[in-house]
Amino acid sequence: MNAPHAVDQRVALSNMPRHQQARVADVHWDTLSPPEARRLRELGLDEGVRIELLHRSAFGRGPIACRIGRMTVALRRHIAGAIDVIPAA
Amino acid sequence: MNPAPLVALVGNPNAGKSALFNALTGARQKVGNYPGVTVERHSGRMALPDGRPVELVDLPGAYSLDPSSPDEQVTRDVVTGTQTGERLPDAIVVVVDAANLDNHLRFTLQLVALGLPVVVALNMIDLAERDGLTLDPNVLAQELGVPVLPTVAVRRRGLDALKEALATVLQQGPAHPIRPSDHPVAEDIVTLQRRARALSEKATVSETAVRRWTHRLDAVALHPVFGTLLLLAILFVMFQAVFAWSQAPIDWIQGGMDALGGAVSAALPPGFIRSLLVDGLIAGVGAVVVFLPQILILFAFILTLEASGYMVRAAFLMDRLMASVGLSGRAFIPLLSSFACAVPGIMATRTIDDEKDRLTTILIAPLMTCSARLPVYSIMIGAFIPARDVLPGVGLQGLVLFSLYVAGIIGAFFAALILRKTVTKGASSGFLMEMPKYQWPHPKDLLLGLWQRALIFLKRAGTIIASTTIVLWLLLSFPKPPIGSTVSPVDYSIAGRIGHGIEKVVAPIGFNRDISLALLPAMSAREVAVAAIGTVYAIDNPDQPAGERNLIQNLRTHWTLPTALAFLMWFVFAPQCISTIAITRRETNGWKWPAFMVGYLFALAYIAAGATYWIAVAIGL
Repeated sequence: MNAPHAVDQRVALSNMPRHQQARVADVHWDTLSPPEARRLRELGLDEGVRIELLHRSAFGRGPIACRIGRMTVALRRHIAGAIDVIPAA
Repeated sequence: MNPAPLVALVGNPNAGKSALFNALTGARQKVGNYPGVTVERHSGRMALPDGRPVELVDLPGAYSLDPSSPDEQVTRDVVTGTQTGERLPDAIVVVVDAANLDNHLRFTLQLVALGLPVVVALNMIDLAERDGLTLDPNVLAQELGVPVLPTVAVRRRGLDALKEALATVLQQGPAHPIRPSDHPVAEDIVTLQRRARALSEKATVSETAVRRWTHRLDAVALHPVFGTLLLLAILFVMFQAVFAWSQAPIDWIQGGMDALGGAVSAALPPGFIRSLLVDGLIAGVGAVVVFLPQILILFAFILTLEASGYMVRAAFLMDRLMASVGLSGRAFIPLLSSFACAVPGIMATRTIDDEKDRLTTILIAPLMTCSARLPVYSIMIGAFIPARDVLPGVGLQGLVLFSLYVAGIIGAFFAALILRKTVTKGASSGFLMEMPKYQWPHPKDLLLGLWQRALIFLKRAGTIIASTTIVLWLLLSFPKPPIGSTVSPVDYSIAGRIGHGIEKVVAPIGFNRDISLALLPAMSAREVAVAAIGTVYAIDNPDQPAGERNLIQNLRTHWTLPTALAFLMWFVFAPQCISTIAITRRETNGWKWPAFMVGYLFALAYIAAGATYWIAVAIGL
């Protein structure tokens, strides 16, 4: 199971610095609407997948662009807030 | 004789499916509709290497066999043999993006499991290599148990081998008898995804980290400041180009129409038939066909932005702004398409999952200035706005045109804001979409798209617009005033009398008789307004030659500037288009929303045109 230090390293994707490589640790599927959750699955989001925040849009609360696996995906902040990641060393 | 085998092209969105379809079928394509749903059916003929014909059908892009939109539903139903109006395909070509195997293989696994003969096109292999990815198609073929062929659809590479493989699997037929089934093998999406990832890893020979082009371009295109400036610059160039680049071809078409009118006048004796042909048909249709160059330039920009992958970036940049009026960035693509025509724009709203979001987008789509409004704007601007530069390279006419577009956009935003607080109240949905890699669009694909648009436009000009102008010409020509009467022929005619009725309603907002006469026929298509006004003058002054230059002269003599401006504002808002109303009915399943749309847009148009007129009069224009 997860070692305690791994749990401590968890960060919400929305709070990651840009271009920091990471892996998806946990997704709070229950905070997402069923269509959102399904579309995210279809876009390849899964525990353990490589993820990297690429761009934040202008004016604070706009969407973000991130790389999930090999795909670039645009999503809104509240979804990014539901994705916990562990930064790669 | 047996019909040609049916082969379906299936794949994720952004796998390059349509490019492959174009590459395989060339211009031999048919665009139809699936019965009962507003999903377009693209089909075409293709010859196998041995000369046998195959019917190829390009299915809408889908992420899985678990549909979340009408488009994805059609894809699922066709490959499972349950779609009405389509037989079960004899084989499937699965199109996957070579650089995105992790994801696209999941859908491939689902499709292979159906049991139909399958060929996989490992598409855009050049872009994958550019990204430092080396793949082994043989490993994939072995693991999937179906042929896998590398292709580059936009460059027409790998097509012969693909056809060869297709011929072979068609020959072999399905591994076991296929029965149409309602429920395809349903494996849980997580398991499938993990299998796909493992498979992708196996097929990857090497992966060198290179700085990807897409990321470099995105560093600019998605930049909060530069990205926004770039988007504005692209839109501005697009609208300037519509005016600047179209002048020469417009003059050629105009010349051709004038010559045609002259030839017909010379060949026929004066009378009913000559007047019908020259004043009615040639003047009316000619007045609309001259706008073909502008419409094609606009579509060329939109198709290029779409095919290059930029459109989704624009949606990303716009999401924040869209969210502020309760819409999603996804609405940006249907709304931008509505600049070409609201009908495809409204159809494109199907990609919006949330029902309230979608409805709001449909209701404001007609406020985006469609290409049919261009003829009206263009003739009015040509007549009343001087052609001079306000800045080097920035013409005043282009600037006015740009402001008309902006007026529509601002109107749409306020409308959305109010609609979302009232009739379409609800939680706002999210914005979640894939950003495809940038790609140079293939000129042939663009030309094919433009050709299809041109055909649709010319068909409209030849049918709806021609018949409306003829009916209008008849209503304007009869009854003839008695000889010696001082009443003008137009005022005496049936149309003139109807126009006087309408005029009572629109006179307060500065509209004259010509406009009142044009409003009704312009319901069939906005651009008919120009043709209608042209016909009015042609009948009032039968000695004048028809044509755009004369129409502009007539407008300058008969209209005041406030009236012209009010007329322009009317066209920014008024729902002057039967097709838009019809498509809204179809997409919202009833008359309630189209009726609401027509009501609120006419009210808006009346107020905006009235305000413009009175302000213009007050400041002494």
